[in-house]
Amino acid sequence: MKRFGQILRELWRDPMGRIGMLGIFLVILMAVFAPQLSHFGPEKMVGLPKAPPSSEFWFGTDNYGRDIFSRILYGARVSLQVGIIAVGIAATAGYVLGLIAGYFEGWVDRVIMCVMDIFFAFPSILLAIFISAVLGRGLVNTMIAIGIVNIPVFARTVRASVISAKGLEYVQNAKSVGVRTGAILIRHISPNVVAPFTVQATLALSSAILTEASMSFLGLGIQPPDPSWGSMLSEARTFMEQAPWMAVFPALFIIVTILLFNILGDSLRDVLDPKLKL
Amino acid sequence: MSGHNVILDVQNLQTYFPIQGGVVRKTVGYVHAVEDVSFQIREQETFGLVGESGCGKSTTGRTILRLIEPTSGHIYFDGQDLCALDKESMRQKRRDMQLVFQDPYASLNPRMTVRKLLEEPLKTHFSLSQAGMDEQVLWISQAVGLSPEQLERYPHQFSGGQRQRISIARALITKPRFVVADEPVSALDVSIQAQILNLLMGLQKDLKLSYLFISHDLNVVRHISNRVGVMYLGRIMELGDTEDVYHTPMHPYTQALLSAIPKRDPSEEKARIRLEGDVPSPASPPPGCAFHNRCPHCTAACKEQVPESRELSPGHWVACHLYD
Amino acid sequence: MDHLLEIRNLSIELPQGRRKPPVKLVEGVDLTVRKKQNFGVVGESGCGKSITCSSIMGLLSFPLSLGQGSSIRFQQGDGREVEITGLSKAELRKLRGRDISMIFQEPMTALDPMYTIEEQICESLLFHASLSKAEMHDAALEMLRKVKIPRPEQILKDYPHHLSGGMLQRVMIAIALINNPRLLIADEPTTALDVTIQAQILDLMNELRESYDTSVIMITHDLGVIAETCEEVAVFYAGQVVEQSDVNTIFHAPAHPYTAGLLRSVLSLGGAQQELYTIQGTVPTAGNFSVGCRFADRCEHCMDICRNRAPALSEISPGHLCRCWLHADTPKEETA
Repeated sequence: MKRFGQILRELWRDPMGRIGMLGIFLVILMAVFAPQLSHFGPEKMVGLPKAPPSSEFWFGTDNYGRDIFSRILYGARVSLQVGIIAVGIAATAGYVLGLIAGYFEGWVDRVIMCVMDIFFAFPSILLAIFISAVLGRGLVNTMIAIGIVNIPVFARTVRASVISAKGLEYVQNAKSVGVRTGAILIRHISPNVVAPFTVQATLALSSAILTEASMSFLGLGIQPPDPSWGSMLSEARTFMEQAPWMAVFPALFIIVTILLFNILGDSLRDVLDPKLKL
Repeated sequence: MSGHNVILDVQNLQTYFPIQGGVVRKTVGYVHAVEDVSFQIREQETFGLVGESGCGKSTTGRTILRLIEPTSGHIYFDGQDLCALDKESMRQKRRDMQLVFQDPYASLNPRMTVRKLLEEPLKTHFSLSQAGMDEQVLWISQAVGLSPEQLERYPHQFSGGQRQRISIARALITKPRFVVADEPVSALDVSIQAQILNLLMGLQKDLKLSYLFISHDLNVVRHISNRVGVMYLGRIMELGDTEDVYHTPMHPYTQALLSAIPKRDPSEEKARIRLEGDVPSPASPPPGCAFHNRCPHCTAACKEQVPESRELSPGHWVACHLYD
Repeated sequence: MDHLLEIRNLSIELPQGRRKPPVKLVEGVDLTVRKKQNFGVVGESGCGKSITCSSIMGLLSFPLSLGQGSSIRFQQGDGREVEITGLSKAELRKLRGRDISMIFQEPMTALDPMYTIEEQICESLLFHASLSKAEMHDAALEMLRKVKIPRPEQILKDYPHHLSGGMLQRVMIAIALINNPRLLIADEPTTALDVTIQAQILDLMNELRESYDTSVIMITHDLGVIAETCEEVAVFYAGQVVEQSDVNTIFHAPAHPYTAGLLRSVLSLGGAQQELYTIQGTVPTAGNFSVGCRFADRCEHCMDICRNRAPALSEISPGHLCRCWLHADTPKEETA
């Protein structure tokens, strides 16, 4: 826990880390306080359709007359929810699989990695679409689909860390002392896995958000009238000439949010890497 | 020494590592790391295993503890064959047989305090209360020369010699009967080496330990061992009481090895036996005697037959056709 | 100047940031190396012997730097004296590999894995001499024969990873000597080698002394290597030279308690299960040196003056330097 505070402080010292942390904090605030911040709600038709940004409707209105600003706020909820839960699924399953594959190696490793490689061979969006088609549309199924798609990358990362940790002298030492396998995994190997794993999780969040946006854009994923930045972008396609703000704001928020997670992930990697050497 | 029982009896130990090649990763050959090694260690005795890099001495030490699985052979510890034990029984046996590693920097988990490092073996093998563990931790840390304040520090805050003390404490806290020391002083400065060797010898007396002392440093081995085995390319070439082997080396390799040690005194005249060439690869050991291609006394028999180990004088064994 | 190398008052500093003064890792080192002399520099890890010798070639790695007042005078091949601390980068480059060469502890990492042995030997020739390709090939071949490498024609075409540690060290010696340098600095050249290979390499270096005019500075922590190869020895402790003399005096009549302690710690072949002599305590770290003698708190003969005043390196008998109050004249103010 002491180390956690230390890590946060180091992140803060790095200008990029600071931007990442602040930015994501703002996005989280947006999502959490969406009902308080939005004046009109995401679904009510409150103004003239396709009205440009004004003091009343900060981001303008869409073709149904809904306040785009409110929809953006609620869309943040969706993006973060999907991101966190999908990555949660992927990280948990990937961690367990990677740990087993890396520690025991042999045929267990080969079977698990073979399955992971098959998943890896498909472009992630294609795979997500396929799984979605099987499961059906909607928020929950989207989260599951994106979760499954991200399992291989976690399994890979964890497995690599475990294999390199196994070779460490002090792990050999623990074996020679007679420490049980479970205790070795928890006490000696896991701390070495946590760092690359955390970096991977941060980057996976950004990828999950992008995947959700893409799927919603394509009509899968989140269904109308629920707002999602991706579906907002899709709806904006027909009205690009008349009301470009319908596209600009969702696109901007997608880009910036993904960028913020990437920046944070990079910074986290820099902060954690030298500590890996310890 | 001769009155004590045999605590470790290694018979015909072999450890081969498969070499994988090709796309399908078939086994295309084997590295003969340990080849037909046999020796005995008595209680409270130090057996030195000496040889140059790649001779298989470290692999022998780890195979005896089954940290590396032997390919064939028997390892009798207190009369019980370790190779016949299942994983869990072997794990429990580790309470009695420990390993001290060479690298004091890498063999201690940098995220654990000294106290936690010393408690881990206790937690693994015994169920003691915290007070019970504290007592043991205090006892062993004092025995190796660490002070109570140092128990709360992390390994990186200590010097090489101090870390090696921590490693030794960790190995001895379960009061084992047999300790394999794998190059325990090689990474330390000369003046610290002497401190650690004294510590090991003192602890041996106090705790009635038996040591398998593995090292490439002939002087260190001579100082600490009662008996010594000289290894080359996975085989034991010569074995006997330390003073016998050092004073009257019989095997040509032992003779060359001892003559290669740098002088202790600049005015000393030293006749050096030159060994030409390099050590053959253990992946393709030469036929016959492993040493024949570098031996100044090589004969036709040496190129074809592996020499058997013979007892030339009481307790002094040599594997060489010169003595057939 | 009839000496080959004269180091005076050398100090090496490590900066500590803007607010603290730099730490002196090496201080007040004086060394003199004569022509065609085998000079040994011995000490334990962290004593400063390696960085002192790296600074001779101008190879101090950032952020270390030479302290004020350091002087390294060297006599080049053409007889001219030069102050190494004042040379530009280009001039230093001309010196290295030609007049001064260095070989290192790990031959495997000192050679580039992407180039053949021939290419690496000739790299040195290319920079310092102007020979045709055929002439360079012949010179390289001749050099490999001199360092007793079997099948030199084949070895020239090999890459470093094909060769063993002993062979690679011979190649390093070949590269170092090919331009007939006046000074060869060998930094722990046999520490990473097995004892039989070490014996081969040390014998080779001793033999080559006959045919080359080169002086060798042998840096090592192994007193056995010193006994095998050196004529003159300087003992380093905590960043300073504490004793210097010819090798027989150092081994048979050491004056400084550290030298004597080191010799006693080292096992003799005659040892047998007795408790070994140890020097109690540990080496002080740079920045924590005491005001007096740096060895005072570990010394059996420590006196009051030792703790309060640092002894200077003085000549206690012809050719024998020692930094110790036991042997130096105590200053007049202390007596009475």
